[in-house]
Amino acid sequence: MNASHDLIAVFGGIFGLLAVFSLIGAGLKYRVARGQPHGVIDNLNARIKAWWAMIALIGAAIWIGSWGVIALFAFISFQCLREFISLTHTRLGDHRALLWSFFVFLPAQYWLIATNWYGLFSILIPVYAFLLLPISSSLGADTTRFLERAAKVQWGLMICVYCLSHVPALLTLDIAGYAGRNMLLIVFLILTVQSSDVFQYVWGKLIGKRKVSPAISPSKTVEGLVGGVLTSTAVGAALWWITPFTPLEAGLIALVINVMGFFGGFVLSAIKRDRGVKDWGAMIEGHGGMLDRVDSISFSAPIFFHIVRYGWVA
Amino acid sequence: MFLDRLLASALCGFARALTGVRALWLGSEPDARPRVYFANHRSHGDFVLIWASLPPPLRRRTRPVAGADYWLTTPLRRFLINRVFRGVCIDRRPGRSGPNPVAQMGEALAAGESLILFPEGTRNMGDGLLPFKSGLHHLAKAHPEAELIPVWIENLGRVMPKGSLIPVPLLCTLSFGPPLTPVEGESRDAFLSRARSALLDLAPPAD
Repeated sequence: MNASHDLIAVFGGIFGLLAVFSLIGAGLKYRVARGQPHGVIDNLNARIKAWWAMIALIGAAIWIGSWGVIALFAFISFQCLREFISLTHTRLGDHRALLWSFFVFLPAQYWLIATNWYGLFSILIPVYAFLLLPISSSLGADTTRFLERAAKVQWGLMICVYCLSHVPALLTLDIAGYAGRNMLLIVFLILTVQSSDVFQYVWGKLIGKRKVSPAISPSKTVEGLVGGVLTSTAVGAALWWITPFTPLEAGLIALVINVMGFFGGFVLSAIKRDRGVKDWGAMIEGHGGMLDRVDSISFSAPIFFHIVRYGWVA
Repeated sequence: MFLDRLLASALCGFARALTGVRALWLGSEPDARPRVYFANHRSHGDFVLIWASLPPPLRRRTRPVAGADYWLTTPLRRFLINRVFRGVCIDRRPGRSGPNPVAQMGEALAAGESLILFPEGTRNMGDGLLPFKSGLHHLAKAHPEAELIPVWIENLGRVMPKGSLIPVPLLCTLSFGPPLTPVEGESRDAFLSRARSALLDLAPPAD
């Protein structure tokens, strides 16, 4: 099967669904809200509108090819790291470590994907940044909360750069009988995990009652969690034809990455709660910041990458 | 004139792109009446950021109050502060002999313009706020018609700390608070500490 035919089919399907959602949103605005301002419905419509832009952006990057996807994710990492460090306590002595993070480690990590240097890609941040950044901070000669500051910068790099970079890194995997189709793995990952976020929101709004953990997130419910993860596991299984997996394998992998994705949002909610904010930023209308949108991808991408790498790469 | 304005919008555009600045109007709205925006001071970019978050028509009528000892020392700084930012340059040395700073600032207010003032008097390299200088009090006494708006600038001190050449692209937030209400017969110190805590109220909780 031709990869671009499959891509056109999948994106055609997504745009069709978005059109249906937009009609439903407009219908709710007209029927339920009667054209008046309505918190939930207006937020829903803002989210749907932002989805159009986000899907169009991903589609454009995929159309450009591997450089487009690498550049898009480098930009997403940049924006996430910005949001993360902006809400994190650092001091004057960390200035140079932050410059290294933004202007050396972030571009280097994506450059290693472009040049297919897997060995260094997998240890650049966990080993080299981990050792070099605290050295740089220590030269700032400020010991106040030193370990905490060093840990926060490293954590931000891991979540926002290292983990997210595993999405475009899927392009470097050599899978027997799947040559030229790796872009579809990225589509499978993003579609499954993001649909899980959407279905958790929808199920939560429709039948959500019991909170998973009111201390961490006021909006996540058990019903939303179970309904969302199961629905998008079904979505993943139904997408088996774009992957090298059998339908059963596709379903199981979808289940694993959906659970990881849920905990990504959960862990980052705990950090937001501690910092006293609701969102990481205000970049995407209705969704909050970039990191609010991709927290689930950040946690699922490395796991997905390694499942495929150990199971399907010859 | 055209070049000055072009440069001013270019600087505002750069400041926005670098810091993604977000203005939160918490208890006041952008308004053309004479105002004194008083803010915490960590970086030379502070008033550019306040400027960048005001609507363009207000921007041209809002002038930063700047220290003559820094801004009038080189031709480039002189050009920027006089022509591009249209600053009110004051002599902040205790033994000055030139014009009275409060009178200089008052002239701008009387002409219907607004001011950006950093009442700490200097860039603060630590956390929180330094004690306020008394200029804000004199100004408030002399111009009761001007609204005093506290503005908390979050993060810019981390984007470009003193002495660094390359900025870190962190996101900045500006919180504009409600105008300070006048209180009859309030002492200078009581006024200054009230203004200071109005500004601190806008700061995010310390961690």
